[in-house]
Amino acid sequence: MSDINRYAVFGGIYNNYLALTAVLDDAERRGAQETYCLGDLGGFGPHPDRVFSILQERGVMVMQGNYDHSIGNDLEDCGCGYSDPRDNHYAALSYAYTRAKTSARWRPYLRGLPSVLRRRWDQQRVLMAHGSPRKVNEFLWESSSSDRFLSRLLDEHEADILLVTHSGIPWQRQVERNRLVVNVGAIGRPANDGRTEVWYALVTVTGGRARAELIPVAYDHLRLASEMRAEGIPEEFAITIETGWWTTCLEILPAKERARGRY
Amino acid sequence: MTVRLPIVVPFSPSIDEAQAPEVPFSALDTVWFQLTGTLCNIACQHCFISCGPKENRVPMMTEATVRSYLSEAAELGVRDYYFTGGEPLLHPQFWTLAESVLAVGPLTVLSNGILIDGANAERARTLFDAARYSFDLRISLDGMSAEENDPVRGRGTFEAITRGIAELARVGLSPTITVVEHRTGMGSEQSRSQFLQFVVELGLSRPRVKFMPLLRIGREAERTHGYDSALAWYSPGPVEEALAERLLCSSSRLVTEHGVMICPILLDAPGAQLAKTLRQSMTPIALRWDACRTCVVDGLSCRT
Repeated sequence: MSDINRYAVFGGIYNNYLALTAVLDDAERRGAQETYCLGDLGGFGPHPDRVFSILQERGVMVMQGNYDHSIGNDLEDCGCGYSDPRDNHYAALSYAYTRAKTSARWRPYLRGLPSVLRRRWDQQRVLMAHGSPRKVNEFLWESSSSDRFLSRLLDEHEADILLVTHSGIPWQRQVERNRLVVNVGAIGRPANDGRTEVWYALVTVTGGRARAELIPVAYDHLRLASEMRAEGIPEEFAITIETGWWTTCLEILPAKERARGRY
Repeated sequence: MTVRLPIVVPFSPSIDEAQAPEVPFSALDTVWFQLTGTLCNIACQHCFISCGPKENRVPMMTEATVRSYLSEAAELGVRDYYFTGGEPLLHPQFWTLAESVLAVGPLTVLSNGILIDGANAERARTLFDAARYSFDLRISLDGMSAEENDPVRGRGTFEAITRGIAELARVGLSPTITVVEHRTGMGSEQSRSQFLQFVVELGLSRPRVKFMPLLRIGREAERTHGYDSALAWYSPGPVEEALAERLLCSSSRLVTEHGVMICPILLDAPGAQLAKTLRQSMTPIALRWDACRTCVVDGLSCRT
């Protein structure tokens, strides 16, 4: 039997190497024995190349998000899954920046990342996916995912614990038969809650039961905003980093999550 | 003087089944309720299913039918729900049914907003706050002035609709505004940003505007023209995966008092009724109707 029972899980780094270091330090302090990244290393923030060495040096197990697939394969589009023209406009700006600034040498690494991760944690069948187990860019929001739908995903994909990211706002829910679904949020930008911290999940499995704690982490967000401006990244993105409110890519939000935001 | 009577012409499949593109069925994620059938409090000139105040050819759903489909949908693991019509707020059990749906999943209501007075706005707010899931209202408005809106939606509707939107804004709700591009240029980038500014001025704190292309069936076929059936927009065989994902018929069904239909657009289409139960309706769909072109080619999606 494994002695490991505490896992740090995060996603959506979006080039935010400062938050990445802060999250890894926080997870270490809290005794996480393994660390997982659910993908989307690039986008939004500055200096894409800086995250790779941190992930490798700190032994993070990384899977592929839509961004990683697109950058890795040098595709024209981030594959983010937005449907509104305004959302797509801003997504295209941030993708063009990351695509231009990611060294070609990292493309094989991004291309080769696994698209799904499966583990056994104390007999619990764990499934890690980027958006959802069935689609890399599916948004699983708290207010638009019915219990029955989540149960169906767990049934169809043979999992007791499902961990996802992509939508950028963390939440968790226990569904029937003590199964657990956690959206770990994103560490690349705040969660549209007016706080400048970013969120990740610490999952503890004991006695066949999983428990997740969603943890906010502060980092030098003012430095990040300043570097974003120096790199010519749209001002709207820097404002989000400084205020904790999303200013772009809002059209995709369901009514409840939208009502909690400022815009 | 001649009196023009409303004419409803059911539109037959114009594409031979063997030639039609096929949309595989992926999973039942969304169920639409044709809550009030074709009953509406207005009769828009571009209505693709020719709804109106005396239009009862598709009857209102009974509470029992709604509950029966809701229960089946929940068993099948449906993700989200929509109420459409006609005007869903005309249903006498609208609020209790909305509450029942919101107990099992998120709900979007497609309304023209005219029945949203102060009291209904308060009820909507109460429901929004009480529900675990999202309760989204979608209000149709087809212009930034009475001159632009009223010729298609009816005299006085601009004022009535914007009053309803203002009531929702007053209670802190921010509905999605949907605009049908009934005139050339309405969907342009400039027009979209003007519309967004316009709804901000109506008081919406988190404005969201969805533009939708015209469907040239129902009353719209009389207002302007129907589809040119000779236009070859399709090819036989399964459609590409990305297109299938975007099309409603790969993952949604419409339930009516009479049974399960493919989608809200094909309400009047002979051959578009699938079965009496959702379970029996989870089948691939052949795109045999001209109106399917608007989803495939023009990118229409009824989703919010």
